[in-house]
Amino acid sequence: MNYEKVIGLEVHAELSTNTKAYCSCKNEFGSPVNTNCCPICMGFPGILPTLNREVVNYAIKAGLALNCKIRQFSKQDRKNYFYPDLGKAYQITQYDLPLCYEGYLDIMVDGVERRIGITRIHIEEDTGKLLHDITDGSLLDFNRAGVPLIEVVTEPDIRSSREAEVFLETVRSILQYIEVSDGKMQEGSIRCDVNVSIREEGDTKFGTRCEMKNVNTFSGAVRAIEYEAKRQQEVIENGGVIDQETRRWDDAANQNFLMRSKENSNDYRYFPEANVMPIVVDDAWIESIAKTIPELPHVKMRRYIEKMDLPEYDAGIITSSQSFSRYFEEVVDCGANPKEVSNWCMGEISRLLKETEKSYDEIPVTPKKLAKLIALIDKKTVSVSAGKKVFTKMFETDEDPEKLIKEMGLSQMNDEGAILAMVTETVAANPQSVEDYKNGRDRALGFLVGQIMKKSAGKANPKMVSDMVKDALEKA
Amino acid sequence: MTIQELSNKLNNKEISSVEVTKDYLEKIKGKDEKVHAYITVTEEEALAAANAADEKLASGENVSPLCGVPMSVKDNICTKSIKTTCASKILGNFIPPYSATLWNKLEGAGSVILGKVNLDEFAMGVSTETSYFGVTKNPYDLGRVSGGSSGGSAACVAADMAVYSIGTDTGGSVRQPASYCGVVGVKPTYGRVSRYGLVAYASSLDQAGVLAQNVGDAALVLSEMSGLDSYDSTTVDYAVDYMDDLNKGCKDFTIGVPKEYFENIDNDVKDAIYKALKTYESLGAKIEEFSMDTVKYALPAYYIIGCAEASSNLAMFDGVRYGFRSEDITDLDSLYKKSRSEGFGAEVKRRIMLGTYALSAGYYDAYYKKALKVRTLVSKKFDEAFSKYDVIITPVSPSTAFEIGENENDPVKRYMADICTTPINLAGLPAMSVPCGYDSKNLPIGMQILAKPFNEKAMFRAGAAFEAAADFAKIQPEI
Repeated sequence: MNYEKVIGLEVHAELSTNTKAYCSCKNEFGSPVNTNCCPICMGFPGILPTLNREVVNYAIKAGLALNCKIRQFSKQDRKNYFYPDLGKAYQITQYDLPLCYEGYLDIMVDGVERRIGITRIHIEEDTGKLLHDITDGSLLDFNRAGVPLIEVVTEPDIRSSREAEVFLETVRSILQYIEVSDGKMQEGSIRCDVNVSIREEGDTKFGTRCEMKNVNTFSGAVRAIEYEAKRQQEVIENGGVIDQETRRWDDAANQNFLMRSKENSNDYRYFPEANVMPIVVDDAWIESIAKTIPELPHVKMRRYIEKMDLPEYDAGIITSSQSFSRYFEEVVDCGANPKEVSNWCMGEISRLLKETEKSYDEIPVTPKKLAKLIALIDKKTVSVSAGKKVFTKMFETDEDPEKLIKEMGLSQMNDEGAILAMVTETVAANPQSVEDYKNGRDRALGFLVGQIMKKSAGKANPKMVSDMVKDALEKA
Repeated sequence: MTIQELSNKLNNKEISSVEVTKDYLEKIKGKDEKVHAYITVTEEEALAAANAADEKLASGENVSPLCGVPMSVKDNICTKSIKTTCASKILGNFIPPYSATLWNKLEGAGSVILGKVNLDEFAMGVSTETSYFGVTKNPYDLGRVSGGSSGGSAACVAADMAVYSIGTDTGGSVRQPASYCGVVGVKPTYGRVSRYGLVAYASSLDQAGVLAQNVGDAALVLSEMSGLDSYDSTTVDYAVDYMDDLNKGCKDFTIGVPKEYFENIDNDVKDAIYKALKTYESLGAKIEEFSMDTVKYALPAYYIIGCAEASSNLAMFDGVRYGFRSEDITDLDSLYKKSRSEGFGAEVKRRIMLGTYALSAGYYDAYYKKALKVRTLVSKKFDEAFSKYDVIITPVSPSTAFEIGENENDPVKRYMADICTTPINLAGLPAMSVPCGYDSKNLPIGMQILAKPFNEKAMFRAGAAFEAAADFAKIQPEI
């Protein structure tokens, strides 16, 4: 029997506003414990929340980027439960009237475009953090309490772990592009809950779903989905029935565990938060935010593939970061061929960034200079391999490529006579190679070309060398 | 002495704030053992504030009429560095590191705080009997309650242990004790006074108010503590417009009298209010009886909404960050359960249970949602009425102060004490209790004057006009 996975995601993204959602504490990762907190975000008696307007701006921006409708009248509600990291014992969130609704995102999965429905996006606040294993008991850090979040809820439109992964990556890069979230997984800026059910292929009815909490990486999401689908399949194939459950994903153990069954599910007793006013948004407000949205990564990616002839993989990598794609486009704007620029991006630039642990917005070579280097290679002033050496140096110093080529003595030798002299000399000195070539061993050609390149200290035009060696061998 | 009288004396240097303050502290020492209005007497802070006020007064700068005037604050309003207990064991030793906005304003005006006064635990009750620190007795009859939840505030003003007091009113908690103790009690429009630092009972209903000796004093204090606050999104930027017109009378007023509010009301109370209405007629106001049948639905709706919000608001008292924590804990679960079980009193627990139930899956629609519909209806009926009437007059409570322990085991009967006051909170209207006579046992009776939202002007004018014209002899409590 073949089974199909049906997946829905709830993505929580921390918004990168300057201050928290309901008080004026700094919204900053990595500050010393309990330095970004106040009576409001710690839940002291008599305190009141006041909504940070920027949170609404950011959420609307995310909603527009994900093709959502923006609700002109939405409200905030309380979700009630006890936990030490939730000072007020209720989380302010949006229950029945979320700010954004009925959106979608088109993603490109291995050459196929898929539309994933977005049910809703609402705003809410993050909790504090419990710190275990430091003392006998547990300690609390309220720096994160009250940090604004958006929760993006999808329709059950995702059909594979790969689709889920691409969706998550696309959402993250969109949120980064529109500068509402820094999207740093390692800092917990994006987290998700994963809903999975399976059904027989061709079936139109959904199976019973299980929700997995605590999925903190995209690769974890992939493994969690595969694990859960397999678990459900085994239950069904052993004659069992899937119970609607909440399960906790344990990334280290690579498996999930039952948290609670439906009967034991929390009753959060949602009701309106009377301390904050309804959020009323008019067309002018939405319009002013819409104007600030740049070309989004998935749209850009399609343009790179269709208009610039880039491979899907390369286009995906370059557009995954706004700084990287901006760099790419700036080099292209200087007149370089997009495909060649893409090769530099995927090759030398990615390698050197990785080696030097730099990010995409820290590429030390100005676009203009890279374009110049590419032009010099095109003009055969320098060979591709020598060009790479020059680029490595440029990466350290951002010096002019022409100057470096001279200083490093890497100008390509295009002098026909000089190359021919070397070719004649080398062919003559290696009769065995000539013999091998005549006996059909093509390797001999490469060997001879290598010898000549060595002799010229890598400066001889390899194409010319190769052509002339071939010519000489044929004639010999 | 009223605020106006005292302020004049202070400004004319007939008396110093330190002298007055010492005098009040002596009165508290002499009387409060019997009345028990105060939870905390802040002698040191009072004298320091009085000294500062005297310096301010001596400097000749333009000072607030409240400067140097000794007063008290209900103990569910946060006062920086002064214990704020909410009359609960769970906050028995809580010292807030911040002040309520209203207290910041009053303190800034030079108010002298004599102490923090008693209330029903977390303002839940009609008698202060649910206070962890014991009941506040009625200065008119020490065997009777002072009303609640702002019983401490009402009693300390009635017994002259403070010139005025700040209370809070969620369903009648300023007006009903004011009525029982024969003082003026004002609950302003929801949004008039910042709730920041007021320990929440029911966020959509809570509003701070004033208990004072007369209408003018109450209006004056309200004008000093109201206004827009960036820490409370529900406050509004409406100007104080009621001080100048205070004594303009109510000759041109049409006063609405909803007949349903007079059902199941003690005869003494009814008679006193009917008599007051005659006084209004003699002042040239027009009296019109009308029907407002929402009153019987308002009380249950109030208790559902109030308890629902309370069940959430009081969840933060979990023994984790501050306040009482049970000694006998083994894990997180027992920390919560035991701290809350031992820290809250019976009435608070009852309301948390009621509220939790009303919000539960499967009951939400039948209770909470229905209550919200009633609330909308109540507001609508008031809107309609205020298209015809300048003010509406009703009783404050069906009876005068009851005996301590009366109906102790019948909470619903207790809740009936709020039947005339809770609809006002549901609609967010301004309302006040004005003394209008005494019953056969010489216990004070209050009349409730309400106006449309942010029309405190009409309410105060009606109150002041009656106060000036009333012909009943004032009885001072013998303490």
